[in-house]
Amino acid sequence: MTALLLAAQVDDVNVAQNVGFYVIAAFMLVGALRVVTDKNLVHAALWLVLVLAGVAAQYILAAAEFVAVSQVLVYIGAVMVLFLFGIMLTRAQIGRETGLNNTSWAVGIPVGLGLFGLLAWVILDAYEDTLIGAEEPAPTEAISDQVLSPYLVPFLAISFVLLAAAIGAIVLARKD
Amino acid sequence: MYAVNFLLLAAALFCIGVYGVIARRNAVMVLMSIELILNAVNLNLVAFALMNTNIDGQVFALYVIAIAAAEVGVGLAMVLMIYRNRKSIGLDELSEMKG
Repeated sequence: MTALLLAAQVDDVNVAQNVGFYVIAAFMLVGALRVVTDKNLVHAALWLVLVLAGVAAQYILAAAEFVAVSQVLVYIGAVMVLFLFGIMLTRAQIGRETGLNNTSWAVGIPVGLGLFGLLAWVILDAYEDTLIGAEEPAPTEAISDQVLSPYLVPFLAISFVLLAAAIGAIVLARKD
Repeated sequence: MYAVNFLLLAAALFCIGVYGVIARRNAVMVLMSIELILNAVNLNLVAFALMNTNIDGQVFALYVIAIAAAEVGVGLAMVLMIYRNRKSIGLDELSEMKG
């Protein structure tokens, strides 16, 4: 019942939302390309922060505010800090590094393009001209209703996974 | 907003992440590309939640965020161990099981 609280189809393109989406998507794509091509490791990590912030903005456009805030807190606030520490502790050189690409890096380009072509074809075939939109953001109550009743077992399982990951990371990384 | 917007953006991020996993030699860079892939999947889930007016997609996206954080923690701990043993984290140097 509460899962149906989001508004459904809209009849008409909301131009402002669409334009906002395209602007954010442009930043995200540029950032993602710089992540995988930058010669400087720390710069690549900072471009990834831009991509993650862009994803959080897209969540807000998609009326998923709780997920957007969780994305900012967990991904940008914790995961990226972890990455920067990892880069520091594995002695990345300051400035440009040589040899950041594999010897067979060129195989990745046709694989990426082919995969994108296939996915784009399937998506456009199925969902062209479908308009979506929401009149109000999703209530966090509805998320908690779903987490605490139908999806309670995965929720508890995730808490065990996080515990195991924390203990595992400590055991692996300590100096013996 | 068009539905294909979200889905195509997620597909593009996914493919850029796949290119990053294939092309990068540094283990931390490969982990960053895996984060790109996971974010693309999350964007897809939230878009479908909006499309089908069902909030389960957002719930699953939250679970994916939690699992991704755990995975990055363990992955970086392993990269640290490899660095301590070999003083370098080039993935092409980890070839001892090669026949």
